[in-house]
This record gives sequence, C-alpha cells and structure tokens, in this order.
Amino acid sequence: MWSNRQAFRNGNRDGIPIALGYFAVAFTLGIAAKSAGFSALQAAIVSLTNLASAGQYAGFTMVRDGAGYATMAVMILVTNARYMLMSSALSQKFDEKTPFFHRLLVGYSVTDEVFGICVSVPGKLNPLYAYGAMLLTVPGWTLGTYLGVVMGNVLPARVVSALSVALYGMFIAIIIPPARKSRVILGLVSVSMVLSAVLTYVRFFDFIPSGVKVILLTVVISTAAALLFPVKEDPYGSVKSGGHDESGATAEGRQE
Amino acid sequence: MREHNIYVYMLIMAGVTYLIRVLPLTLIRGEIKNRFIKSFLYYVPYVTLAVMTFPTITQATGSPISGTVAFIAAILLAWFGAGLFPVSVISCIVVFVIELFILH
Repeated sequence: MWSNRQAFRNGNRDGIPIALGYFAVAFTLGIAAKSAGFSALQAAIVSLTNLASAGQYAGFTMVRDGAGYATMAVMILVTNARYMLMSSALSQKFDEKTPFFHRLLVGYSVTDEVFGICVSVPGKLNPLYAYGAMLLTVPGWTLGTYLGVVMGNVLPARVVSALSVALYGMFIAIIIPPARKSRVILGLVSVSMVLSAVLTYVRFFDFIPSGVKVILLTVVISTAAALLFPVKEDPYGSVKSGGHDESGATAEGRQE
Repeated sequence: MREHNIYVYMLIMAGVTYLIRVLPLTLIRGEIKNRFIKSFLYYVPYVTLAVMTFPTITQATGSPISGTVAFIAAILLAWFGAGLFPVSVISCIVVFVIELFILH
C-alpha cells in the first residue's frame, strides 16, 4: 500500500481527467435538471449527494413527469444497481486494518470512474487515494451541474462533444494495460464489447433500459469468466494498471 | 401525495443511491475465500468498464466517426503505455479536430 501522502497525490493526479470529464457531463445534466424544474442550487445538491450520471438523469426525468415516490426509488435502484457490484468488488481492496468509517466515506464516491481507478491500484487500497481523487471529482461534478443550469447552452456544442469522450478514454486506459498482459482479460474485454454492441444495436433488446443491460452483461460475462478461468490466490496483488506504473509500488507483475 | 415535493424526491435519490453503494462495502468486511466469488468480483470491473465504453463512446460525440476514431486512438495509446490523463485528453483532441473537418 502507498504511504498516505503518496496515495493522496496519486489520487489527485488520476482525479484530474475524471474531474474534467465530469464537468462536461454534469454540464449537460444541468440542462436536463433545469428542464425538470430544478433550481441551480437544488440541481447542484442532487449532484453532490448522488454522484451518478445515469441515476440522476433518470431521477430528473421522473421529477419532470411527476412520478410517485416509490416509482422514483425503484428507478434509482435499477439505474444505480451496478454500483452494488462495484462496491462488492471494492470491499476486497480494503485492508482489514483500515478503520471502518473509511468504508462509509469511500462508499459515497463509488462512481464508475473513481471505482475504476481505485480497484486498479496495486495491492490494497489506501482510502486517501480515493479522497485525493474525490477532492477534484466531486467539485467538478457539482459545479458542472450548477453551471449547466445557470448557463444552459453557452458552452459550444463542439466543446461539449469533445469533452464527452474524456470519461471513456479513461475507462480504456484502465482496462487496456491489464488486457495487454493477460490473455484472459483481453478476451474478456473483447467479448464484453461485442456483446454490448449486440444488445445496443439489435432492436429486439430495445425494451431493456441501458442501466439494466450493463448489469445483465456484467453478471453473465463475469460469471462465465469466473467458471472458466478461476483466479489464483490474491488476484489483486498481480494487477498493474495504466497511470500507476511509475510508482514502482507493484509486486512484480505476477500474472496468472 | 398529489403534490410531489421536490425535496422528498431529492432525499429519495440521495438515500437510495448511497445505500446501494455503502451496503456491500460495510457488509462484506473480510476477505472472501470462495474462489468462484473471488474470481467473479475480480472480473467485474473489466467487464463493466468495457460494456460501458463500447459502443457508447461512438454515440457520445457529434458524429459516430469522431467517436470511433477516438475509441481506436485511445486503445492504441493505452496499449503502448500512455496513462489515464494523456489517453483521456488526446481522445478529446481527436474528437475536436475530426469534427472541425466533418461538422459545420
């Protein structure tokens, strides 16, 4: 595990691209919030307390349509259910000696991106790494939403379009380096993308909400992989990922 | 309940979202010994990030062409060792430059 200071700094560093991407996405989310009748402050509070793009978007839509409270709760559960899987995976990155309250705080920050970088740190997770990233990502997300409501369509569409790939670029930077080192992960990533494309483009699957598709694919493909290629002891000790290599803190790439 | 209160909506959104995230983290305290579950959780991040990236990235931009080129560029960069930030920023630049030519 990294020292506290190093972990915090690394978190800062890896949080920058996330915060930039968040800002852009949150900006467009702010526009959706405005059309649902949220004030800039209310929308910013929702962003601060949710940190969830698809979930918030669904929520704003529900409010706009005047849905019931129970419907709202179920919708949020469905669109955010993937975080349950992510939190479960992240629970294995915690050192048993890490004080309990860190789980309550890190849990708050489990977004697709922060989860992605936290789960790919070498060895166990020092919570300060997550906090270092949160320090940038949470304000980026909240401020972006606020400005989206206030400024609406001021940011040129071209810029919003360019910024919207920032998050995906980061996902790719997280999954490709391990895929290069392990054939199993390379195969897994490829199969995941192909099946995801099938579920997106084949009309027959249109009735499934996109959040549910993500969960479905994740559960089915990960189950198959776990049955076909069970991992050996301590799989996390052997994972290196993009952006962390220079730290030299990794146990020499033991790959399965 | 005819008139829905926006603050009740906000409370539900925040509460449900937080519980979803924090329950697994607090309930699963120790290390999971079961080899199947261990393997499953180990593979989850790769699968879920891959699924969320493609084909969504090709639909996120002003044109499917710029999104697709950014996707390929990001894979090549990451493959040859670029970190999170460079990959992310160069993908944005790729989209911006391509859209200068193909969109008006």
